[in-house]
Amino acid sequence: MNEEIVIEAKGLTKNYGRAVAVDHISFTVGRGEIFGLLGPNGAGKTTTILMLLGLTDISAGEVRVLGFNPAREPLSVKRRVGYLPDTVGFYDYLTAADNLRYTARLIGFKQLDREKRIAGALDQVGLSELADKRVGTFSHGMRQRLGLAEILMKGAQIAILDEPTSGLDPHATAELLAVIRGFKAEGVSVLLSSHLLERVQSVCDRVALFSGGRIALMGSVADLGREVLGGGYVVDIEADGAGLAERLALIPGVSGVEQTGIGKLRLHADRDVRPEAAVEVVAMQGRLKYLGVQEPSLDAIYTRYFETRPNEEMAMKEGTLHAA
Amino acid sequence: MRREGSAFQGLGVVMLKELSDHLTSVRMRVLEWLVVLVALAALYGAIQQIKETTAEDPFLFLRLFTTSREPLPSFVSFISFLVPLMAIGLGFDAVNGEYNRRTLSRILAQPIYRDALLFGKFLAGLITLAISLITLWLLVIGLGLLLIGIPPGAEEIGRSFLFLLVTIIYAGVWLALALLFSILFRSPATAALVTLGLWLFLTFIWPVLAGAVAQIIAPLDPRYIALGLQTPATAEMEQILARLSPSTLFAETVVALLDPTTRSLGPIYLSQLQGAVLGAPLPLSESMLIAWPQTVGMIASAIVLFVIGYVIFQRQEVRA
Repeated sequence: MNEEIVIEAKGLTKNYGRAVAVDHISFTVGRGEIFGLLGPNGAGKTTTILMLLGLTDISAGEVRVLGFNPAREPLSVKRRVGYLPDTVGFYDYLTAADNLRYTARLIGFKQLDREKRIAGALDQVGLSELADKRVGTFSHGMRQRLGLAEILMKGAQIAILDEPTSGLDPHATAELLAVIRGFKAEGVSVLLSSHLLERVQSVCDRVALFSGGRIALMGSVADLGREVLGGGYVVDIEADGAGLAERLALIPGVSGVEQTGIGKLRLHADRDVRPEAAVEVVAMQGRLKYLGVQEPSLDAIYTRYFETRPNEEMAMKEGTLHAA
Repeated sequence: MRREGSAFQGLGVVMLKELSDHLTSVRMRVLEWLVVLVALAALYGAIQQIKETTAEDPFLFLRLFTTSREPLPSFVSFISFLVPLMAIGLGFDAVNGEYNRRTLSRILAQPIYRDALLFGKFLAGLITLAISLITLWLLVIGLGLLLIGIPPGAEEIGRSFLFLLVTIIYAGVWLALALLFSILFRSPATAALVTLGLWLFLTFIWPVLAGAVAQIIAPLDPRYIALGLQTPATAEMEQILARLSPSTLFAETVVALLDPTTRSLGPIYLSQLQGAVLGAPLPLSESMLIAWPQTVGMIASAIVLFVIGYVIFQRQEVRA
């Protein structure tokens, strides 16, 4: 991660009446970094993004975007930051190029510069052949790409993308993620939000997992895996056989065995114990149906994190209610 | 807390885009044809009537606007129905349309303030209406020249031009109202229905209701009833109430401007008639004085409606 910080949030809070949408969150995004805001719908991701852009009031806390305060200097922020809203919309009766021309005029680009930027941006997202087609005929994926073209045309230093991959087919998702990687290559910082953890896992340098308006976890996917899932390995076994759990617990390196279902066991170990476990099951003449080791995926981290602290979560929520 | 930069940055861009949208839209074309056809019909009726009953009339040209021939109403009454319809047609989906197309947050993420968007939309609507009305006005003047064959005098041109200006202001009132409801309601259909409903109420129901309400606030005096006269207090209250409707204000302004013999828009007292030559026309400046309060009232209501919409829009969340 680069030392230069482009987004800095400290104790950012948003209240809607008595409801707390975003609850004292703090994070930083460095130059050229892809930062993911991840979490379920309604966790406060979009509200956070709108506060960064100065599109909604900040209840408490402080934000600096490229050194500007979005509440006081929204124009300076919006001139340098590109935003792709959740399910972006365009004027259907205008062509792709005309839609971008309107935005370019709003930004204040001069005519020659404007046309060059639009052509370049459309080319980069692979829409140059459709520049003179009405947006009404575009698919959802094409609209999302046109939205990215708008950010490229703007020459933004930060790209804020709200749920860029939601509702896209795998092919369109892959194309979109490629454009997002392209941003990083050009030194543009990317802040993206998503509720689809595994899709964005591959592009994010760091992630913040949102839950109930707070950041529950933050860091790189590898760091979070180590922190939440422990340094060890988790091996899942599905097999029949009486006394299997006891036998497996005796394997050197296994620290614990838990029953996760009928005939399903989970081993916690400090190394990959799959070969030994297989040997044990076969030795007991048990029928081995499944044997697998968990990769540290965001899904696993997320599920595991909230599995292990449901009580804490409850307590936290109650605390918020009392506070409110 | 002071905001950086100008609130009107991007205003021109928004206005030009909205203007081109309006002028190329099917909706606008339908409205224009409706207005032109209806106006021509009214004009034709007026000219027939004028030809039949030609007498010595120093303001023959103005009769084009105000004369009616059964079963058609006059040009002025047509305009007072159709102008609000056009304004509402242009404004009812101005802001909620952006929400529903999901373009609002994308546009507001560009370096402009919400002020520019709203003001640009209002100005574009007003300019569109002005263009249509000026065209219509020229059409009427031209046809009048051709069909009557008498050139209008300077005062007649002046009066009809003021009528044009007042009509544009009147259109602005309904445009501001439509814009306000397009901010308040997320569904364009709801916004259109509520605006049209309010228009119907203010134009057709309120003038009748005003009389009833006035009698409650200021009861009729039996002494005046016995004499077969209006109770002054009730009549005045009725007029005050009726003037809450922009339609009433417009109608009164038009009467004062297009009928030079109009001496007062309220009840006339005997003392006011002292020394007056009945039926003698007033000079233009006097007519303007009579119409001035009503005109200011319309401008003020347009501004108030716009400001209410502006305040609500500033506080509205942009997320859909």
